[in-house]
Amino acid sequence: MTAAAKAGRAHALELLRELLLIRRFEEKAAELYSLGKIRGFLHLYIGEEAVGVGAMQALRPEDAVVATYRDHGHALARGIDPGSLMAEMYGKANGCSRGRGGSMHFFDAERRFYGGYAIVGGGLPIAVGLALADRLRGIERVTACFFGEGAVAEGEFHESLNLAALWRLPVLFLCENNLYAMGTALERSESQPDLRLKAQSYAIPAEAVDGMDVLAVERAVRSGAEVVRGGAPYFLELRTYRFRAHSMADPDLYRTREEVERWKERDPIALFEASLRAQGLLADDDLAGIEAAVAAEIDAAVAVAEAGPWEPVEDLLADVTTPR
Amino acid sequence: MTTMTYREAVRAALREALSTDERVFLMGEDVGRYGGAFAVSHGLLEEFGPERVRDTPLSESAFVGAGIGAALGGLRPIVEVMTVNFSLLALDQIVNNAAAIRYMSGGQFSVPLVVRMATGGGRQLAAQHSHSLEVWYAHVPGIRVLAPATVADARWMLPAALLEQDPVFLFEHATLYPLEGEVDEAAGPAGLDRAAVRREGGDVTVVAWGGSLGTALAAAEALAGEGVSAEVIDLRTLRPLDLETVLASLAKTHRVVLVDESWRTCGLAAEVSARIMEQGFDLLDWPAQRVCSAEVPMPYAKHMEEAALPRADTIVAAVRETLA
Repeated sequence: MTAAAKAGRAHALELLRELLLIRRFEEKAAELYSLGKIRGFLHLYIGEEAVGVGAMQALRPEDAVVATYRDHGHALARGIDPGSLMAEMYGKANGCSRGRGGSMHFFDAERRFYGGYAIVGGGLPIAVGLALADRLRGIERVTACFFGEGAVAEGEFHESLNLAALWRLPVLFLCENNLYAMGTALERSESQPDLRLKAQSYAIPAEAVDGMDVLAVERAVRSGAEVVRGGAPYFLELRTYRFRAHSMADPDLYRTREEVERWKERDPIALFEASLRAQGLLADDDLAGIEAAVAAEIDAAVAVAEAGPWEPVEDLLADVTTPR
Repeated sequence: MTTMTYREAVRAALREALSTDERVFLMGEDVGRYGGAFAVSHGLLEEFGPERVRDTPLSESAFVGAGIGAALGGLRPIVEVMTVNFSLLALDQIVNNAAAIRYMSGGQFSVPLVVRMATGGGRQLAAQHSHSLEVWYAHVPGIRVLAPATVADARWMLPAALLEQDPVFLFEHATLYPLEGEVDEAAGPAGLDRAAVRREGGDVTVVAWGGSLGTALAAAEALAGEGVSAEVIDLRTLRPLDLETVLASLAKTHRVVLVDESWRTCGLAAEVSARIMEQGFDLLDWPAQRVCSAEVPMPYAKHMEEAALPRADTIVAAVRETLA
């Protein structure tokens, strides 16, 4: 095996590890939700892992990330400690947002993870502003803004794309098109369901990518990020599907079992595993090793959450504003 | 001391901020080439250029949100929203993001954003340009709300706002812009924690702010002619409220009239009244009286608008009621 091939294999196995970390983390979160350890809303990323993993590979530590309420995959792929994420969902003070945010509002200043936003479309103007700050400060870096296809119906989507294009701001718009805004299918909510055309109408170059193919996502985000580093926004539609309901509260009545099963045949992890096996890059032992490591990491994350302290009630009013 | 108009005072504050802090920039609708809808920013584009005096499209949500993002990104944006009625288009960004980010991120991020907007009636601009919605903002934890009522506060509240780490909203009553007053050019940033006694008196306390301060002072002058000595308090900061100054006055007068250009129902006068009940019930010899705007969308015709707004004679009548 050449050095390049070795590097390629190591990279592929790292992608697989991250995909599996998100999948198993989400499965554990669902289990803990049914046990009452996690409350509130819980939106799982299962089925969409290739989008977050592929995208984060193409970003640099100095880049900024703005995420949505379905933010576990983004946060894990960005490298935020799974223990601090699990603790956040427990509502513990050692959570990444000190238990103030929960599942929908992960933040991490160190990794420039500017938060999960739970008003659809509400993160886009913030991403535009982060990019504006970089422009005015003369810093060349990318602000990656995740949002779902449901956001395309919001005014803030259109206002933000226009501003980013008008001012040539370094925003990478990453539209995770999982076909459903909660229970409303794209073709039932958009007169023009080709989302690229909307970006193009603001003079932003746009392309659609198979969001079930982690390498395709990585390639597309890497080249999109290069355009953005050159000083202009770029739009990627990442075509994906969530295998689980919108949230734990969703009875999933608006789509057929057959449709879900059909999409599961394109499971991003199974597809990637099969591809690696076909190329001789993945053996049973490799997979078992990765699964064991991931399981240990998730056990450790749960232990961190279980052991974490509750924020004292006396601190209820702390950090509403900055102490003066 | 220098004599200048309220408009010139805000402009001087903006010019100073743009000159002394490279992180500061101004953005909003028509702030640049037009010179500001109220001519506040006239000349600043020529002085500081289009990057720092930035005209925006009519996208209140996106440019207020971009202000939040730019503040997160290390800058000190001053966002001008043309009127408070227009700011409703940005309420999502203000309430769900600007006010909440510090708290829901567990104190990791703060949003040092300054938003200025014109407010109030009296210019025959009818039901979509005339309301006083300051209380909508004063309702929200996480932000500071200021109402500069004097030329000196117009000059020195903005630099104080720029020293804050959290979002600050400045409400400039549109009838005040041509008002002339004295400014100490060496005074430095205003204190934001205390209300101010603008006229001393011993018989009754009249509490007002913003555009109503002048009306309250006119009422006090008329009352003096009748031998009634009214103390006039300018609240200055609407959130957080300084009740101490009001209670200190009540300890002297035992009577209070609250002047509030917003609607009576759930208005700021109601809040001040409730706090007086909670903290100063024993000081009162008569129930607190409110002089508010009539509960109508603002009418256009001059005589009808005058009938809807607090006036000196309605304040005088309310004072007489407390002295009955």
